[in-house]
Amino acid sequence: MEVMVLQTGAANLASVLAALRRAGASPVLGVDPERAARADRLVLPGVGAFGQVMDRLDETTLRQVLQARIAADRPLLGICLGMQVLATGSDESPGVAGLGVLPGRVTPFGDVPIRPLMGWGAVRGAPCGLVRDGEAYFVHGFRLTEAPADWQVSWADYGGPYVAALQRGSVLGCQFHPELSGSWGASLLRRWLQEVPCT
Amino acid sequence: MYMKRVIPCLDVKGGRVVKGIRFQGLRDAGDPVALADAYRRSGADELVVLDVSATVEERSHGLATIRALREVLDIPMTVGGGVRSVEDASALLEAGADKVAVNTAAVRRPALLRELADRFGRQCVVLSLDAARRPGGWQVVVRAGQEPTGTCALAWASRAVGLGAGEILLTSWDQDGTGGGYDLPLLRAVTDAVPVPVVASGGAEGPEDLARAFAAGASAALAASMFHDGRWTLPQVKAALKGAGVQVRS
Repeated sequence: MEVMVLQTGAANLASVLAALRRAGASPVLGVDPERAARADRLVLPGVGAFGQVMDRLDETTLRQVLQARIAADRPLLGICLGMQVLATGSDESPGVAGLGVLPGRVTPFGDVPIRPLMGWGAVRGAPCGLVRDGEAYFVHGFRLTEAPADWQVSWADYGGPYVAALQRGSVLGCQFHPELSGSWGASLLRRWLQEVPCT
Repeated sequence: MYMKRVIPCLDVKGGRVVKGIRFQGLRDAGDPVALADAYRRSGADELVVLDVSATVEERSHGLATIRALREVLDIPMTVGGGVRSVEDASALLEAGADKVAVNTAAVRRPALLRELADRFGRQCVVLSLDAARRPGGWQVVVRAGQEPTGTCALAWASRAVGLGAGEILLTSWDQDGTGGGYDLPLLRAVTDAVPVPVVASGGAEGPEDLARAFAAGASAALAASMFHDGRWTLPQVKAALKGAGVQVRS
């Protein structure tokens, strides 16, 4: 099974790669669209800013590859910003179109005392999906507050509820970092690697 | 609301943890990977690793330590010590750090914070601020406290956040290593001055010190000796904090 991690930014991917290795995978890092289209599992990590990630995807045909994978329900894991780019756009980078898989728009936290949010928070709400209720590590300043009815949604709360994770079939988006969320996050990665069928 | 973080700190030199350690149940208590793994298992919310690359000679050794730590750590890891440039930070992040802490180099050249934030995002940039009590306030000290800068700690904290620091690791020079508790007025003053998370450091003796730090506005509390010495375990500290009404990760 080929597990590929898309290298979309400058920051580190060591945590994601190490977590996937601990979960039994042998992840490869890259940006080749053809390989990304073929990979049995594709991970879109979230580093940098919304506009930077979309620019990077649009340097090649990765935008189309991701949209096609999602339409075909082929396994994809978007982490943090990698989940946010599923939306139509973000206030972080006005005028930049996201993948548009989710109808909503990403907005900054409203009236919260401390930002960016950096810490552990409760995840609740999708008992039948891959994401069990638990505690996860979040690092972000923007968030998604709505999700379509055909996705299984888990929620977090910071100055009001927002999307902690959403799943439709083999496609999973996590606002939190499963790779940094202890044994709870590790078991989520294992479920996504092992229980989601290869198509 | 988000949970308060409890963060053990490892001071590493030459690939070994250097603060006095009498941690139970480890074959080699000076091995940072064994110690980090034990903390991870017992419920640490994050780990801070300091001084790994403080000197040129130690740099490659330090990177190897970070790589080894990353393989076992499924929690966030902040690494600091000797970060003077974007390249230094890049090497630490590639080796497996999630955040990089800068101290002296940022005081000498504040633009470094902006360069790091532009390149890696502010969530990766931690300002390590060592503050010493002075009449009427606190002053920034650098080079492990040997050198006062004359800069007001509160002004520096605000300026650093404006430049790109996404978190402040705030160490009280007066309290560090004393076990006399964190400098609570300092914590309160800094958390009032900046909107980013502040990590309390320096002086923790027991869970009541952490509870007081959280009450003073800290988002996280760092401790070294109280864990390394085996006086307190993470489950004991978390249970005590829960008993004191502090929300922590179970």
